[in-house]
Amino acid sequence: MPVYRKLWFWIVVLTILSPLGLLAQGTAWGEWGTDELKEMLGMVPQGLAKLGETWHAVLPDYSVPGLDKTFAQQAVGYIISAVVGLAVIVILSYFIGRALAKGEHE
Amino acid sequence: MHIPDGYLSPSTSVVMYAAMVPVWGMAVKKVKETLKSKQVPLLALAAAFSFVIMMFNVPIPGGTTGHAVGGTLAAIVLGPWAACIAVSIALIIQALIFGDGGVWAIGANCFNMAFVLPFLGYAVYRAISAGGRNRVLGSVIGSYVGLNAAAFCAAVEFGIQPALFHTAAGAPLYCPYGLAQAIPAMMFAHLTVAGPIEAVITGIVVYYLQRSAEESLFYNATA
Repeated sequence: MPVYRKLWFWIVVLTILSPLGLLAQGTAWGEWGTDELKEMLGMVPQGLAKLGETWHAVLPDYSVPGLDKTFAQQAVGYIISAVVGLAVIVILSYFIGRALAKGEHE
Repeated sequence: MHIPDGYLSPSTSVVMYAAMVPVWGMAVKKVKETLKSKQVPLLALAAAFSFVIMMFNVPIPGGTTGHAVGGTLAAIVLGPWAACIAVSIALIIQALIFGDGGVWAIGANCFNMAFVLPFLGYAVYRAISAGGRNRVLGSVIGSYVGLNAAAFCAAVEFGIQPALFHTAAGAPLYCPYGLAQAIPAMMFAHLTVAGPIEAVITGIVVYYLQRSAEESLFYNATA
């Protein structure tokens, strides 16, 4: 199945180009952090502030802690995040797929 | 479209998990019946593609951003049930490792982007491309409809919060914006920018697969 290999090539291209996604200014609607909400509303809803603290991500917002000063650093952090995310997702979905899929017989 | 923690009340979050659990159960059952071993790399590829395409934030007029999801594309190749699993994996990893979408909100985010999106997108694609004709056109329209339906669901989930959950004094406890604000904002972003991007990407990949690969790569089951 050589077409699979060609498609993986495009995943690599997208990974390298992923920092383009950092150029978009602003936050997606409804995904503001508490500081942004405070600026927009002058307050942070109580429940939101509490539940928002539920989970602390290892690589928050696809950034690597410490690599956040310049755009170049952020871009590197973004690519590292993409590689980490892809590795975990590919391994996980491969094993889930293996567990679910039928045997080789056509 | 990734709802973060705090925007939905705990009870809304639980309802959305409760809606997704039977879907995931059914997806596992259906994929066990239909997924062939040689398609496993394709499942991984679909999850990987969905993840990486969501990293491409695009600017929306008015100062927000949006992104494609790739869920209809996954459904066109693997069928909607396997697409549901692939996109769910991407969304769960986004929430756990990157904090993109909340952990309470995994049920809601999977309902919108891993269930409504691929199933509706695939249904529209099927209706247009019956018999394997007009695959590209079907994929373009299907993916546009699917992405916008998912955005609409997210907007409703956001928008019902302030009416249902507020303090005695009327201050919102979770998402502060109601339906009248959430629906126009979300739909404008997805109808004008994110939807067309999803449609073009899906159309290009389907065209590429049709040109370069065997037709057998497309999911054709009648169910």
